[in-house]
Amino acid sequence: MFKDVIIGQYVEGNSFIHRMDPKMKLILTLLYMILLFSVKSIPAYIIATVFTLFIVCLCAVPFKLILKGLKPMIFILLFTAVMNLLMTRGEPLISYELFGRFTLSVTKEGVRIAVLMVVRLLYLLIGTSVLTLTTTPLKLTDGIERLLKPLDVIKVPSHEIAMMMTIALRFIPTLADETDKIMKAQLARGADFESGSIFRRAKALIPILVPLFVSAFRRADELATAMEARCYHGGEGRTKMNVSRIGSRDIKALVIFLIFAAAAAAAEIIV
Amino acid sequence: MIEIKNVSYCYHKEEADGRINENKVLNNVSLTVHEGEFVAILGHNGSGKSTLAKHMNGILVPETGDCLIDGLSTRDEKKLLEIRSNVGMVFQNPDNQMVAAVVEDDVAFAPENLGVPSEEIRRRVDECLKIVGMWDYRRAQPSRLSGGQKQRVAIASVLAMEPKYIILDEPTAMLDPKGREEVISTIHRLNRERNMTVVLITHYMEEAASAERVAVMDDGEIILDGTAREVFHEIEILKNIGLDVPQATELAFMLREDGFNIPHVITVDECVQAIAEALEVKS
Repeated sequence: MFKDVIIGQYVEGNSFIHRMDPKMKLILTLLYMILLFSVKSIPAYIIATVFTLFIVCLCAVPFKLILKGLKPMIFILLFTAVMNLLMTRGEPLISYELFGRFTLSVTKEGVRIAVLMVVRLLYLLIGTSVLTLTTTPLKLTDGIERLLKPLDVIKVPSHEIAMMMTIALRFIPTLADETDKIMKAQLARGADFESGSIFRRAKALIPILVPLFVSAFRRADELATAMEARCYHGGEGRTKMNVSRIGSRDIKALVIFLIFAAAAAAAEIIV
Repeated sequence: MIEIKNVSYCYHKEEADGRINENKVLNNVSLTVHEGEFVAILGHNGSGKSTLAKHMNGILVPETGDCLIDGLSTRDEKKLLEIRSNVGMVFQNPDNQMVAAVVEDDVAFAPENLGVPSEEIRRRVDECLKIVGMWDYRRAQPSRLSGGQKQRVAIASVLAMEPKYIILDEPTAMLDPKGREEVISTIHRLNRERNMTVVLITHYMEEAASAERVAVMDDGEIILDGTAREVFHEIEILKNIGLDVPQATELAFMLREDGFNIPHVITVDECVQAIAEALEVKS
């Protein structure tokens, strides 16, 4: 049941975006988020839309997969839309009396803000999906480590954070397998995980979690010994086998983004 | 040269009532492993063989006595990295000694720790994966490999430090017969072709029989130390401490007891030949 757990949602590919340096991808995603939250006018939104469509086409990941990644967020999108529709003051379009006391009204401004907010969130999700769909979790971790590196000065443990993420990624399938084994062992002894109230079912998970934790601690202990035996002594003086550098491709991507950002800024000012 | 001189070691375990219970695991053990040797350390569970192995690269430090690797004491913390990069160690559970989620990244882990330049790491990773025959799997996830393959990757990961000695702590205990064969033949190849010094901790008699030299441990002491042939000749002593001898040796021993003229053997081939000769003489 856990055999085919996919960590992250990386889709194999060889597109321009796939081959970009993870550091630059992370930086651009951050800049893209800032851009999305600073645009307010319709023309600027149109420019953001064009840019979003541009990266979706460029990343060569089937659009269906991107949409699939949006599904779990539908509730949040709807919630945002409804809240903005009802909570914005302004010129009422429809009004509804509630218990004769409160008036719920959908205003013209509300509709505008709701639509723009949903579009903004949607683009945000698409942008971050493109990042995770085109970058392996390992490369992401590496990128995060390198971006956090300058923060070592203010005692941010960038190497330790990255190491923890790497080990977590490495052990997800192992622990998933183990969970599966323990569940089967408990089922064979008559455990029932499926029926009863939610509390009963939650309680039924205890005999799975306890052995899982015990084993995870044992594994952690053995792994620590094995790492020490292989000369691990923290991030100090460590080198890397694969050093990814920011290349001309990444500079190109940055320039393209900046052109779009400048266009959006110009649109904001003109309107 | 690995020199273990009069080493004793206790595990301290706190009992429920707060008393500290001393559990002596190694009792005045001395053992010298020379360069190029293939030594098997044999013993059943709790005989102290894993504890002894952990002394050889400074994971454990002796309570009394000394452990010297090429003259460097494991007590010297400043030399610990040098010692560990010279004495590679492979553990029992292949799953719990892999750090990275991709085979080649795992092999790169040790040289990365040692601060080896990137191009050199790349070269070592490729070379070591080829030595253990796992180069085709360099981009694979460890969780998709079989036990024997994982253990061979673990060996490659240790080789990437370019050590002089390699200690294997029951590397085949969790493997199926096929995986066991893969791992053992890899170790033998390393010893033969690369003159790697190997210390193999095991409780499988057949694996020990294939070593040049066998040391038998019982209750924290080394009770026998010699060539495989010499050690397995002491069938009575081995039986006394609850160890078996290789099946071929046992068969030859039983036939000899029944009056057949069969010499002491340790491998299946020798046994077959000896029995064939005995039958020829008889007919």
